Amino acid sequence: MKFKTMTAAAALALVTPAMLAADPDAKLVVNGQIEMTTETEAPEHLDGLRTIRSGWTFRTEETQSLQMDDFDNPAMIFVDEARDAWYAKDGAADQSCASCHEDPESLRGLRAELPKWNEEAGKVYTAEMYVNECRTERMEAEPWGWDSQEMKNMTALISSVSRGMTVDVQIDGPVRETWERGKEIYYTRYGQLELACATCHEENYDMNIRADHLSQGHINGFPTYRLKQANLVSMHNRFNGCIRDTRGVPYEIGSEDFVALELYVASRGNGLSVEGPAVRN
Amino acid sequence: MDNVRPRVRTPRSASAGDVATIKTLISHPMESGQRKDSQGNTIPRQIINRFTCDFNGENVIDVTMEPAISTNPYFEFEVKIPESGDFQFTWYDDDGSVYEETKSVEVS
Amino acid sequence: MDFTRRETLALGAGAAALTLLPVGASAATVDELVNEFTGGADVAEGGVTLDAPEIAENGNTVPISVSAEGAASIMVLAAGNPTPPVATFNFGPLAGSSSASTRIRLAGTQDVIAVAKMADGSFARTSKEVKVTIGGCGG
Repeated sequence: MKFKTMTAAAALALVTPAMLAADPDAKLVVNGQIEMTTETEAPEHLDGLRTIRSGWTFRTEETQSLQMDDFDNPAMIFVDEARDAWYAKDGAADQSCASCHEDPESLRGLRAELPKWNEEAGKVYTAEMYVNECRTERMEAEPWGWDSQEMKNMTALISSVSRGMTVDVQIDGPVRETWERGKEIYYTRYGQLELACATCHEENYDMNIRADHLSQGHINGFPTYRLKQANLVSMHNRFNGCIRDTRGVPYEIGSEDFVALELYVASRGNGLSVEGPAVRN
Repeated sequence: MDNVRPRVRTPRSASAGDVATIKTLISHPMESGQRKDSQGNTIPRQIINRFTCDFNGENVIDVTMEPAISTNPYFEFEVKIPESGDFQFTWYDDDGSVYEETKSVEVS
Repeated sequence: MDFTRRETLALGAGAAALTLLPVGASAATVDELVNEFTGGADVAEGGVTLDAPEIAENGNTVPISVSAEGAASIMVLAAGNPTPPVATFNFGPLAGSSSASTRIRLAGTQDVIAVAKMADGSFARTSKEVKVTIGGCGG
């Protein structure tokens, strides 16, 4: 059988109704304490959806239950690693994160607003950028790779102390231009398969594309422990993988384009709770 | 092997004769020996091949582990607690490393 | 469309088949392993509980539980994996019950088998088919 480029239409011919239906009424409460909003009204700026649902609601019961207890959640072992790193001195300035920030809990609230405008730097900053700025400028230490284990662990820790808080990312003011760029990327078709983020996550969520049960693609659960990699996965890594799977050339992890996309995608989830580090398939 | 970190959940206190649930996790890639690298060479197997839990020197569970155990091996099992004492958790790596964790429990 | 109707149908059917294609069972090896465990003794059906999802969201991390009242040990096999052995749980004197949970890797849709060695020296087994979807899309 010979066939040339598979068009988007053909690719979507393989989209079938979900086989792996999860219980729609299941509630996410972590450790019996942190209540999460996993479904809510879509934010005003979002025309394409009326209701937004966390990725948690699209997973099977077994996967969902892994996230409900900090012990069962394999991501938390990496958060523990980051806690150790938090208190460890690193770099020529002989400082640790704790030297200025005291406990990780002092960063509660940060993740709910990220990514956000950094006035001094004159651009939108993600968690990774804040961490590396501290490391290079204040700790005089080596920066961590965006997708390195240390960085993923640390962003997981930073996210974990904001769990349960409502995602509230700014889209107006100085960030607007970056946000518009992110929105543009979201609705652009990429690759041989000519798929945009919206094609799957806005127009076909809850359906199956081959064997994957499509979510709405929110990132409130990131960095997330993916069962597939059996490790933490960063947002940019996921974006990169998705665009690669359209058989296109993805933007670089840590690139301005992905920072813009991160800002836009985060804002689509305004109203959901910070879940990261979550557990996903 | 470096960066292998155990994490165990045990009760802090109990009554004599209680049965309690123990959960254990350890960060370890559990390289199965089935995977190939980008050059096509097989990545050699390196797994934790055995896990034991003892309480005050007496065995609770002894698990023979194969490459089919997932990365970051997780076990949940039950223990009878006869008296105050220490849980000793031991993981044995293919490369000869031994990882350990100890937790105490008070019996009132 | 860039290809014929026939090709499209084949594509669709192929994709559906891919998702539930059972992995070839190394049946001979499973029997050998069971025999080794039991020393050739008879194995009764039932008396062992094996909990596993009907459909595993990802074959890399599949949560399972085994339990057999009064068992001295329970062996778990994955009939369709490149090598079937998964784990053997040996319960010591301070075990609170002959049960355990863990997370395993399954290479494809297959039977997971649990064989228990009871306190009186007899054996019992059970198995459960776990569907493992392959061929996803996404990162």
